[in-house]
Amino acid sequence: MRYLSYILIGTLFGFVMTKSEAISWYRIQEMFRFESFHMYGIIGTAVVLGILGVALAKRFGWTAIHGRELRLNPKNLSVPRYLFGGILFGLGWALTGACPGPMFTLLGQGIWLIGLVLLSATLGTFTYGVVRERLPH
Amino acid sequence: MPHLFLASFYTLVSGPWHWSVSGAVIAAVMFLPLYAGKEFGVSSNLRTACTLAGAGRKYAFFDIDWRAQRWNLLFVAGSVLGGFLAFYVFPSPEPVEISAATVDYLHSVGISGPGETAGSSFVPAELFSLGTLFTLRTLVVVVLGGFLVGFGARWAGGCTSGHAISGLSNLQLPSLLAVVGFFIGGLAMSWFFLPLILQL
Repeated sequence: MRYLSYILIGTLFGFVMTKSEAISWYRIQEMFRFESFHMYGIIGTAVVLGILGVALAKRFGWTAIHGRELRLNPKNLSVPRYLFGGILFGLGWALTGACPGPMFTLLGQGIWLIGLVLLSATLGTFTYGVVRERLPH
Repeated sequence: MPHLFLASFYTLVSGPWHWSVSGAVIAAVMFLPLYAGKEFGVSSNLRTACTLAGAGRKYAFFDIDWRAQRWNLLFVAGSVLGGFLAFYVFPSPEPVEISAATVDYLHSVGISGPGETAGSSFVPAELFSLGTLFTLRTLVVVVLGGFLVGFGARWAGGCTSGHAISGLSNLQLPSLLAVVGFFIGGLAMSWFFLPLILQL
């Protein structure tokens, strides 16, 4: 039952990713070329509602199910990992037109080449795990 | 008249959604795992995939208990299913309506707009149809692009879902820095590197 709920939440995620057109390579190019408000509207709405929700949860001490803490782990502030890692991610995002969520979603639409993108992304993650001691964090 | 109601419901669900509706549903999707005591982030699954492939035996970074991530693997399995349903069962009646300026630009670099050629729906056929697999530019998009996403997401400790949505919602400065990085990289790719890669 619990596992089924995660599949259902994921299904809703794949559905909204498609209907919002955030999975579209075209929308990502349009966003980075500043030629439409669409993607900024989506991310902006999600973040504003997210900020409101998190603020309310903190203000009223809402907890997760079974009284567990909400897991919003604050991250330690350092510059190199977020900036350099972010830049590499952004280069890949604009090239493939997909971040990890949309990659899985596109796979469900029969865009088989995305399977290779996912394999390369896994290889990229593996490579990071191998060389991470030598990278600035 | 339940029949009419169902028909209009189907039209409403199938059509492209207004950005505000999409944004609200995405916020809800972020809160649901949070309510279950989990941290929302899609790219973590790529690390779990390495663990499942046995990378933890040799590299400490992958020596994690994959069972703790089972919920997230089910989440992405669901998102594959969601993509299938949204594309085949509730197909959008119209191609992605990107701005005329973007279409003009894409034509100038030899890429067809949404719906203009068979196979160009959400992604252009020139880059993502199976027949283009062995062209240099598709290989660069698929192999290099995927690698950068996977490497960069882990170095930055998260992708769009973890940093841009969850992290910014929690007003985390590191996430803002990561999002600034996403945009520096994205702008450099779209304006500078992509036009060169498309000529390959």
